Amino acid sequence: MTIEILMPALSPTMEEGKLSKWFIKEGDKVSAGDIIAEIETDKATMEFEAVDEGIVTKLIVTEGTDGVLVNSAIALITDENSEDAIDKKISIEKVQTDTNLSKAKVKNLVKPLEDNEPEWDTAVQTKTQTVREAIRDAMAEEMRRDETVYLMGEEVAEYQGAYKVSQGLLDEFGSKRVIDTPITEHGFAGIAVGSAFAGLRPIVEFMTFNFSMQAIDQIINSAAKTLYMSGGQMGAPMVFRGPNGAAARVGAQHSQDYAAWYAHIPGLKVVQPYSASDAKGLMKTAIRDDNPIIFLENEILYGKSFEVPLLEDYTVPLGKARIWREGTDATIVSFGIGMQYALEAAEQLQADGVSVEVIDLRTLRPIDYETIIKSVEKTNRCVTVEEGFPVGSIGNHLSAVIMERAFDYLDAPVINCTGKDVPMPYAANLEKLALTTTAEVISAVKKIIYH
Amino acid sequence: MATKKVTRKSTEKKGDLIKFYQNMLLIRRFEEKAGQLYGMGLIGGFCHLYIGQEAVVVGLEAAAKESDKRITSYRDHGHMLACGMDPNGVMAELTGRSGGYSKGKGGSMHMFSKENNFYGGHGIVGAQVPLGAGLAFADKYMENESVTFTYFGDGAANQGQVYETFNMAALWKLPVIFVIENNQYAMGTAQERSTSSPEIYTRGASFGIKGEAVDGMDVVAVRDAGLKAAAHCRAGKGPYILEIKTYRYRGHSMSDPAKYRTREEVQKMRAQRDPIESIRSLLVSEKLSTEEEIKIIDKEIKEIVNSCAEYAKESPEVPAEELWTDIYA
Repeated sequence: MTIEILMPALSPTMEEGKLSKWFIKEGDKVSAGDIIAEIETDKATMEFEAVDEGIVTKLIVTEGTDGVLVNSAIALITDENSEDAIDKKISIEKVQTDTNLSKAKVKNLVKPLEDNEPEWDTAVQTKTQTVREAIRDAMAEEMRRDETVYLMGEEVAEYQGAYKVSQGLLDEFGSKRVIDTPITEHGFAGIAVGSAFAGLRPIVEFMTFNFSMQAIDQIINSAAKTLYMSGGQMGAPMVFRGPNGAAARVGAQHSQDYAAWYAHIPGLKVVQPYSASDAKGLMKTAIRDDNPIIFLENEILYGKSFEVPLLEDYTVPLGKARIWREGTDATIVSFGIGMQYALEAAEQLQADGVSVEVIDLRTLRPIDYETIIKSVEKTNRCVTVEEGFPVGSIGNHLSAVIMERAFDYLDAPVINCTGKDVPMPYAANLEKLALTTTAEVISAVKKIIYH
Repeated sequence: MATKKVTRKSTEKKGDLIKFYQNMLLIRRFEEKAGQLYGMGLIGGFCHLYIGQEAVVVGLEAAAKESDKRITSYRDHGHMLACGMDPNGVMAELTGRSGGYSKGKGGSMHMFSKENNFYGGHGIVGAQVPLGAGLAFADKYMENESVTFTYFGDGAANQGQVYETFNMAALWKLPVIFVIENNQYAMGTAQERSTSSPEIYTRGASFGIKGEAVDGMDVVAVRDAGLKAAAHCRAGKGPYILEIKTYRYRGHSMSDPAKYRTREEVQKMRAQRDPIESIRSLLVSEKLSTEEEIKIIDKEIKEIVNSCAEYAKESPEVPAEELWTDIYA
């Protein structure tokens, strides 16, 4: 009996990875528990073990192959007692020449989304970078520029970041400036805020923003309010950052979007980038800003690639939205991973002859109302898209502002596409239902178009 | 609590004792005046008086260097006066006027002074503890010699973030002195009803942080303990805990009728252990000072307090534009 060995998923969000090394060769006998290969993702490198016994009859994917899809067959083993085991051994040489077959199973590397209108001069060269790399580069550049900038959080140093965002920073900046903390968010957030009062510029990484609830008193009562309470004498120039929102199948306590929570607070600035270039440019600006910044990243977007300009010092201003697509029939306003649904919806609606303008807010406090209002005055219709809960959402707030400032321009009510009003379920099918989808966005746009 | 009487320390200079007396008396009279203004409706909201606890902050300020940092809770008026902040600015903040340290936007619980290295003035019980360790973190990072005096109460000593902070402060050898002002009541809850072990100074033991109990009604003992703790921190040996046993004569805040203790208990403490009276009688009995000299000091303090109250009443209301400033830097 021949058994397929499948490419394993090393994390909840992994879709593909690199088979970096085989520890077995064809003809080897393997037992359950033997380490057979090393798999690398943009997040981690891990060894993986055989779960079945037998003789390796074929290594389908050669080592060093990138983009191997999770659950695709990477090797075959045959039960030792099976009659054809010997035959398979004999045919090894032939099989080895066949490895090109694996190419068919390998997905093309994700193509970077085309920016409709890059915010940099077209003469500027770009490079393709993941959001993860862009954030890392932004932190490294700012740490080189300013000695008072340091990074603190769980697993940021020796582990190289739970999501590999801080990879390489410990090597470059040392343990004085890249600091592993105990798992005590409330305490270390408070220590970071205190150090900011005294003139440092901390970057606090929360392993996920879900854990920031442990520290939320220090973020709001200490970081956000001190400048006001001190009559302008001292404040907290710092960045709180980390992945936010749902990842994949991690359940209710690890899947929440904090955009609306933090955007509620005067004294904070809140950023939620979508693309790698924005993540980089906004992170650099956030580190230089003299206020406490909430920088909401997304685990699913970490591995997505975009074009990032090769400029020595690329910054993006806070409080400025970006128009990703121009359109005339309706406006979709979104941010963060919501942009993925917004852009997909716009693309599909285009095919139906509906021209949609897509705005990426990028900063949720302060919000760039001007860009939204101007767009709504042109299209007369608006749908908002976000992942968070519906009650008291960013979309709710935008609806109110649009009603107040552009009521006479509206041809239909504003619709908010949000996550459902339920804790995030674990079951794959229920999780899909709990999140907003491209189909929902399309149907919302159609609803207001044919209103 | 220990009932050691303050005895003449032959090494104490007259000047130091006079200074202690002046500084403690300033806090006492200032707080009495604040209580009065509160009763007149000129001070609003919460107002937590420091009366009875004066020796703690005055003793520790005598151990501190100017460049050292200090941070405390909402019971903060005494700390501000002791570190040299202007009584006018403090009182005007209490009345919520534009001459206040925070331009009237902070209030009794939220005042700061960069100039005096005073970092507030924090209203959430225990929150100032990690913040204080953070100030010390910055000093260590920038290789300053400074120490941070982080004050909190026996009530705050039960907060989780205190122990998160103990752990990191010890782990990273932060130059921070955790000053636990044990006034025996967490608002209305007596220590034995809220705190499993009465020896709060031992709470750092499991983190390897040295601690000691200090008689907080004896300003000299407090100063000496402060010097020892500061030397420990300045030598790079990490944090230190001082549990200073003190007593608050007034209620938790102005609105507290203090039904949780007897009038006799308070009277006894006032009569036998008052930190200001102790120094006063020491000055006289040791013939370091005369009643006349002391009366002159009393008069001077009274004048300072009266004039800061006047200033706080006269200081203009906060301009409406201030509502919208200092939200962002």
